[in-house]
Formats: sequence, C-alpha cells, structure tokens
Amino acid sequence: MTYSAAAATDPQPSVDTSGVITLDNLSVSFGGRPILKDLRGELRGRAIGLLGPNGAGKTTLIHTLLGFHPPTSGTARIFGRDIRSEANQIKSLIGYMPERDSFIAKMSCVHLVRFMAELSGLPPGAALERAHEALFFVGLGEARYRNLDTYSLGMKQLAKLAQAIVHGPKLIFLDEPTNGLDPPARLRMIKMIREIRDSGQANIVLSSHLLRDVEECCEEILILKDGRLVTYCNLEEERKANKKFLMLETRGELKGFVEAVGGIGCECAMTSDHRLKIILQEGTQIRDLYRLAADSEIQIRRLTYKRDSLEDIFLKAMENGNGGS
Amino acid sequence: MAVLERSYKRFQGALSPEWSRFLIIPRHAYRDVFRSKLFTAFFALSFIWPLVCTILIYLHHNVEALAIMTINVRDLLPIDAWFFQVYLITQGTIGFFLAVLVGPQQVSRDLTNNALPLYLCRPFSRSEYVVGKMSVIIILLSTMTWAPGLILFLLQSYLEGWSWFSENIGIASAIFIGSLVWILLLALMSQAISAWVKWRMAARAALLGLFFIPTIFAAVVNELFQTHWGHIFDLQALIGNVWSGLFGTFVREVVEHREVRNNQMVAVAFRTEPPLWASWFVLFLICAFCLWLLSRKVKAYEVVK
Repeated sequence: MTYSAAAATDPQPSVDTSGVITLDNLSVSFGGRPILKDLRGELRGRAIGLLGPNGAGKTTLIHTLLGFHPPTSGTARIFGRDIRSEANQIKSLIGYMPERDSFIAKMSCVHLVRFMAELSGLPPGAALERAHEALFFVGLGEARYRNLDTYSLGMKQLAKLAQAIVHGPKLIFLDEPTNGLDPPARLRMIKMIREIRDSGQANIVLSSHLLRDVEECCEEILILKDGRLVTYCNLEEERKANKKFLMLETRGELKGFVEAVGGIGCECAMTSDHRLKIILQEGTQIRDLYRLAADSEIQIRRLTYKRDSLEDIFLKAMENGNGGS
Repeated sequence: MAVLERSYKRFQGALSPEWSRFLIIPRHAYRDVFRSKLFTAFFALSFIWPLVCTILIYLHHNVEALAIMTINVRDLLPIDAWFFQVYLITQGTIGFFLAVLVGPQQVSRDLTNNALPLYLCRPFSRSEYVVGKMSVIIILLSTMTWAPGLILFLLQSYLEGWSWFSENIGIASAIFIGSLVWILLLALMSQAISAWVKWRMAARAALLGLFFIPTIFAAVVNELFQTHWGHIFDLQALIGNVWSGLFGTFVREVVEHREVRNNQMVAVAFRTEPPLWASWFVLFLICAFCLWLLSRKVKAYEVVK
C-alpha cells in the first residue's frame, strides 16, 4: 500500500466485483450444533454489509471464510479460490479486523503493525514504511510509538484497522469496526471505510449489528438469521423496488379523493391539508390514482415513492426469515 | 507528502519467501527478550564454561604455558568423550534456566491478548506459528550449546591432529544430536506449558516443577524397588542416559554397593538402568504429548462446545 495523492484518483480501479465471495451450500456445525446452514449465493459488491441479530452466524461466517473453522459441508470461494484447498493463497489477499481486542503485549503500535505486515509477506523495509503510512492513514501517526497497552478503546480500534490494511489486501473483513467508539470517532471510522471503498482498491465485508454503519458504508447487504441467509440484495435497488408506498402532494378538496381511493381498496392517510400517504393494493396502478384525482377534480402536484430504509429491509427480512437464499 | 492526502493502495512489491516467514517471530521476540538486562547478563555468563573449556584444550597443547604455571598435563581433565559430555551437561543445565526465563511467555502472551487471529488470518499456518515460537528457544540455546561445542571439538582436532578428528568424529555428532534433542524437548515443553498456563510465573514454576518433582518421585521408586527403573519418570536422568548413549559412556548395570573383607570382594549390588531405547521412547512420547497439547490450544478461536 503506497499512500499517495495519485492513488485516490486511480483511473483504473482494480476492485473485483465479479464474484468476490461465492457461498456454495456452506454449512458449519460446532459440536453437532449447526451454526451456518446451507448458505448459497454470490456476493459481488464493493462493500458488503453483513447483518443479522446476535447469534445469527455473522462472525462464524467471517471466521469460516478466513479458514479459522472448517466447513462441515459445502464450501466457499473467495476471488474464485476455494477456502478448503487454497486457504493460504486466500489469506494473502485478505485483511481482517477482529471484533475483540487482539494485540501482542508490550509492543508499540508501529512495531505491531510492522510485525503483521512482515507476517503477510512484506520485506522488513517495506513493512516498516507501510506501517508508518497505515498509522498516519488511520490517524494514529502521532501516537504510533506508544505502547498498545496505553491506548484508549477508540485508538485500539484504529490500530486494528491499521494492521488489517497495512499489507494492502484485496478484501478486508471488518468485524464490528465501530464497537465502543464515541460519535466523532465513529464518524472518522466510517469515513475511512468509505475512503477505502471509494479508492477502488479493495472490497470490504463489514459485519455489524448497527444498521446505520452498514447503511452508510455498504452497497450490498447480506442478512443472516439463525444461520440461514435470508436476504442478499443491493441496498439501492431494494430501496427502489418497494413501489407500493406513495407520498402525494395535491391541490383541491381532498375528501372525495380520499373516499374514492379507499373505495378501490387502498389504505390512505392525510398528513396535512394537501399531503397524502397511500399504500397501493395488488393490481392497483398509478394511473388509477390519476383517474380518481381527475374525477374528484384535484391536482396531483407531486408523487414520490417512499424508499425503504435499511431498517425496513432488515425487519422485513426478519419477518420472512425462514426462507432460503 | 501531506498526510491527509494519503489514500488506500495495494502493495505491489515482491513478497518474502513463504518458507522463511516463521523466522520473523524470533527476530521480533529477541528485541523483547534482550531488553531485560538480567537476561542479557545471564546469557553472556553462559559462555563462560565454553571459554574455560577452550583454555583447558589450549593448555593441553601448550607445554610452555603449563611449565610457567607449574601444572602437570596429567592433572588436567583429559580431552575425551567425557570432557565433552561434561561440557554438554553444564551448558544443557544453563540452557534449561534460559528456557525457563524465555519460554513460558511466548504463547501465553498471545493467548491472553487474543493475538492468534492476527497471526492466523495471514498466510501463516498454525504449524508455522509453533515452529516460529519454538525457534526463539532453539536459536538461543543453539548459540550456547552445540555451536560452541563444535568449535571446541574443531579446536581440539586442529591442535591434536587429523587422526584425533577421524577417531573421535562420534563426539561431534553426540554434541550436535544430544544438544538438539535437549533443545527440542525444552522448546516443546515450554511452549506447551505456555499455551496452557497463561500466568507467566505459574508457567515458569510448572516448567521447573516438571524437571525437579519427577526426580524426587524417581528417587523414591528407585529406593523402594532397589532399581534405577524409576529414572524412566525422571527427565534429567532420561536425557542423561541419552547423552551417555551418544557419547558412548552409558553403563546399564551400575554398582550400588560393594562389600570388601580381607581385601576380597564378598558382595556386589547392582542397579539396572532402563535400556537406552526406553529413554529415547519416553522422550519421544513427551514431545508427542507436548505437540498434542499445542495443537489443542493454538487456534484462532476456541470453540466452546
């Protein structure tokens, strides 16, 4: 990783969006208890959010992809390489920021990051150079010679990010990166993750139980529930896909129009004298609303779809969570 | 370059060879180890005995120096297999205490601080991790056991002549193999204890205990059954037997008691040592058990079943 101004405007970003992770009937059990159940799918996004309630299997999925737990059945591929047979090649392409505190005692931060870079295969000179650069990048430049034991929780999170990116991996797993951070530190962390994503140099898998973090950083989301994959979608497309919820701004007497809309089976609520919220029923078209408006002699000045928030998508996935992928 | 303008970019340079990456661990570990002045002093002191041996070998071949000091060459310790075995026993004992100081903190620190995921999420396997941690002790003890031992052997060969070298080449292999077996045993035991006992002082005590408590137990067994088979439980005796076997000084039947009346031997009591293969076998079992203990603990995350 060379941190340079030029890198930010790299004309040919080398990020791989064609099948970053392929889950092929992946199952993992611990002591006979299934944790991940028959996961299937191809994850392609630059930044993929891994969501799910506590115990859904998010961390187990990351650990399995990192080779920490062997799959019970099925397999997964990262950049086309099988996690069972090509674990070492995969590990040279990835960086991992663990959820829990993970350090080597009595080491300065720059020493730890350099050590990790060397273990990733960087020659000692390059490792030292990039350790300094990574620490400046995450904002620990001034504190890099301090012993890690003296770091605050927020600084430790930054140090974990630095060791995950020091060798310039192609795919970065971030497990709860904003855990324990105060609002300004959280914003800084989110900004850095977005910077890495936008640099086009690495794909990111972000596991978090904080929907806001995922919403701000990720383009695609994968939702797990009880070890099953319940939703994998592009966040933007999913938001647009729900076209049943309408917001109308009108001019004219609304009473007749509201009754007419109720007459065709749609739920309708007035939020002010001129604004309406409508939930379309199956088989009802937008043109029906325009027809009713014409009949009631009112003008529709604006019609917008209310986009689903990530929370809506998540809650919907939890409600319908017994399906497969 | 302004720090704020920096952004993420992948590393494009050449990587270090995979086979050599386990050596990164000792390289970084020695920084920490030699930060302690007490350890550095102790390590320096461990070279005193090789220095004394060098002087002894030199004196054996320098008549003028002996004449000045009015020492007869017969009063000096002869330079033979026993001389080098004594050298190895002394250095091995010092090496044990060095291992007690360095070994117990190697794995326990990483386990206490959850550092294993950081190692194992990289192209660095569990076996490379264990070999890396063991090599901290292997390299350290090699510099003060077989390496100076072989230099002493070569010095003696140089001063004594080619015939001595060719007749005693077995001593060189005994120094090398004997040291390596001892170092391997110490490295494996200290790492296994380090993996299971997270508190450094407790781990040190456990390592000391493993070498001294069985010795007491073995002595009790030997006294009760009038034998030396109790040595099978005694690590010091086991390695002692292995070294004796390598140097060709091993005697199975040890005279325990002689009764002489009127200048005539009337009774001789023997005690039998366990055979050499048994000593090798027990050491092998201990090493295998240590490896099993390490394989149980050296994992990125423990799965609670």
